[in-house]
Amino acid sequence: MTTVWSGDALAEAIEAFAPGSVESSAGTDVWLKPDSISTVCEGLKTRTEFKFDLLSSLTAVDYIDHFEVVYHLTSLPMNASAVLKSRVGHGRTEASIASVVPVWRGADYQEREVWDLMGIRFDGHPNHKRIMLWEGYPGHPLRKDYVTYDQSIASTAPGASGGQEGVE
Amino acid sequence: MAIKTQPVTVNLGPQHPSTHGVFRMRVMFDGEEIVDVEPVFGYLHRGSEKLAEERTYTQIITLTDRMDYVSSMLNNQGYILAVEKLAGIEPSPRGVWLRMIASELQRIASHLVATGFLLQDLGALGTPLIYAMRERENILDMFEMLCGARITNSYLRPGGVFMDAPAEFWPALDRGLDDIVNTIDELETYLSGNEIVFSRTKGTAVLPKELLINASITGPMLRASGVDWDLRHRAPYDYYDRITFERKLHTASDNYARYWVRVQEARESVKIIRQCIEQIEPGEVRPSFDDVPRLIRPPVGDAYAAIEGSKGELGFYLVSDGGIAPYRMHVRASSLINLTLLRDMLIGGQFGDLFVTFGSVDLNMGEVDR
Repeated sequence: MTTVWSGDALAEAIEAFAPGSVESSAGTDVWLKPDSISTVCEGLKTRTEFKFDLLSSLTAVDYIDHFEVVYHLTSLPMNASAVLKSRVGHGRTEASIASVVPVWRGADYQEREVWDLMGIRFDGHPNHKRIMLWEGYPGHPLRKDYVTYDQSIASTAPGASGGQEGVE
Repeated sequence: MAIKTQPVTVNLGPQHPSTHGVFRMRVMFDGEEIVDVEPVFGYLHRGSEKLAEERTYTQIITLTDRMDYVSSMLNNQGYILAVEKLAGIEPSPRGVWLRMIASELQRIASHLVATGFLLQDLGALGTPLIYAMRERENILDMFEMLCGARITNSYLRPGGVFMDAPAEFWPALDRGLDDIVNTIDELETYLSGNEIVFSRTKGTAVLPKELLINASITGPMLRASGVDWDLRHRAPYDYYDRITFERKLHTASDNYARYWVRVQEARESVKIIRQCIEQIEPGEVRPSFDDVPRLIRPPVGDAYAAIEGSKGELGFYLVSDGGIAPYRMHVRASSLINLTLLRDMLIGGQFGDLFVTFGSVDLNMGEVDR
């Protein structure tokens, strides 16, 4: 059975090798400061006490006054799992966080999906483009302030009359 | 004398019979050799995650059917486990056994589809695909007995399943399992030792296991590289801790290994279902509506549950604000993430191997685009 790291134990272990990177912890979750995400993830992957070699899932939630990026990590050799979270874009200003693609390549499409649908920028992503929707699509649909069922977006599609010509 | 060639960019898809749905690749060829690949997604994007935010927890089951439409039962199971974890629902034992039987049948169906279409892509037009689809048809007939639907089942409910299996289901299942084994034997007689299959699939698109783990690739693709990682064994959900089964591993990590692992896993699924039939006992198939109401209001919080789907780790992340609909639902789609290494697999290969390699990933566009 998979061992699930408790938030407090994981926060303590992270503080031991990356002091000042943890914001808070509760249950099984650890909240990290956004600027420390690269250091912490690199440490969690390479250090022998964690060995989190597989990034299970990367997603984001819109909490209106801020966004939360959620990382679910798995360690195959230790059969353990952990949850990391990070709050970005307070006050719905420019939301961005460092990309973890240099640590886990599995983050590639998942970060592009979060950018496309939630509008969080991942600094240092090697191919930072939309993945599901077309370039030029207005807004990011999974945000809570997105206006649904707006028919006018059809005109922004590639090849649509009145839309951008020749957009790939 | 070497012939000089110029690189040519070709657009493959989205409407192409070998792209397993609507997938598009821009491929640059130098003669027969692939020099660059750019996948283009989104042609089947329906915004399922956004749609889920305005539906109740029970209504969302129908959305999960339509994600990976060749393994609806498994999608149902992954989603239901997340809801049960979020709302703290204790499932009924008979319901759990029934949904394990259903999802293992679905795994066999999905692996048969993957194998049939892989052989179709190899140029074995018709016969292997018809054999595989004929057997899948029997499984769909059993689903029809269980819930009245064949593809978009919506059979599972939080706490179990919505209806007990009818009496005629059990003899049909018993016969069906024997037929499945016979069909797999038949397929393997023609294919697993076939020299043409060997020469086309062995040694093509080899991926080292460290790279596969780093790229979050799970499921049969990972096990074909020799990594013993199956969530049914490593993080048992439902009653998989009461089941013994072998994890079939291959070490070559090429197209043949991925084919071989799927076929052997289908055989293991038959053994799992037989053990479920032995252990299932009479009882309620889901908790009463007093315990689990039709409108579920989980407490504020979040939950992530993952199952071993037919393509890899299938995870559902749900956030509740205490209302009748989830505040946010995210699907960890193994089909999309398993494509992360598509460029590494294809670049440097031959045009003839392109669709074979693509088929060996076993992806479903409904799940890739959601």
